[in-house]
Amino acid sequence: MNFWIAIALTAVGCYAVKLAGLLVPAGVLERPLVKRLAALLPVALLAALTAQQTFADGHALALDARAAGLGAAAVALLLRAPFLLVVAAAVLVTAGVRAMSG
Amino acid sequence: MTAAGGGLTLWQTCALSLLVFTGASQFALVGALAAGGNPYTAAAGAFFLGVRNAFYGLRLSQLLALPRAVRPLAAQWVIDETTAVSLAQPTRRSARIGFTVTGLTLYVLWNLTTVLGALGARAIGDTDAWGLDAAGPAVFLALLAPMLKTTTERATAALAVLLGLGLLPLLPSGVPVLVAALAAPAVLWLQGRGKGPEATGRGVGPEKSAAPAGATAPAHPSEDDR
Repeated sequence: MNFWIAIALTAVGCYAVKLAGLLVPAGVLERPLVKRLAALLPVALLAALTAQQTFADGHALALDARAAGLGAAAVALLLRAPFLLVVAAAVLVTAGVRAMSG
Repeated sequence: MTAAGGGLTLWQTCALSLLVFTGASQFALVGALAAGGNPYTAAAGAFFLGVRNAFYGLRLSQLLALPRAVRPLAAQWVIDETTAVSLAQPTRRSARIGFTVTGLTLYVLWNLTTVLGALGARAIGDTDAWGLDAAGPAVFLALLAPMLKTTTERATAALAVLLGLGLLPLLPSGVPVLVAALAAPAVLWLQGRGKGPEATGRGVGPEKSAAPAGATAPAHPSEDDR
């Protein structure tokens, strides 16, 4: 049930901002500070989410196979690999490290 | 597939793709729910990631000049890809065609692959053994990497990582990510105290970005690599 609440809220919210962009007169969101904040918010959120999903185990911090996987993804990104290859590298390395460590 | 790994049902996964249809928000929502976040903070995080679509909409509404009646329908397709295609077109007519074709194609493909992915993940069973739990953060990293162009973005990301991980043991699930979002206004504020983009790059650097980068480097290879 909780998941449905989250899905409904996200669907409504995401649709609302899409529509708002089409309806709101320019100018309101054109202010430089608002623009820069809007550009930076996803950066902060993505960085925090990436770190948490890699190093969090419930409420504790953990260093496990996922870190190796993310490292592989980072290397793939530095080598300008396509999106799917980046994700595949992370998945394969994580699975590999996990298989080796038992 | 990530969604199924995060504990959502097939219906929930499909509803997400049909109704939300903005990849980063979907992954964020599923990731936050899978990490045990409460639905409201998870939705808030996903919502913030969707906010950029409003800025796409701003540019598209001028470019496409859509009739009012069509806008509520077109809105669902306002995403990264349709914006990129539309902005690349030379005329309004081709921009409209580009928007429609890209929107329709992606909408159909995205939802088809969602069904296949969800069914596939079900068939695989324990997604962790296959390393699929690393797919989520890898997707985020791939979305994040192109954004880290200047010191401002890097400082924000480093500060957000510190806040997100540092507060994890202390606050309820989902809240640390929202607090980490404050890294964005914080860095902008610190920048504002400097004299301009040039000066602030350095002003932020030594105190706010160098320290976190140094502190996180040994434990977090991904941050280091960037």
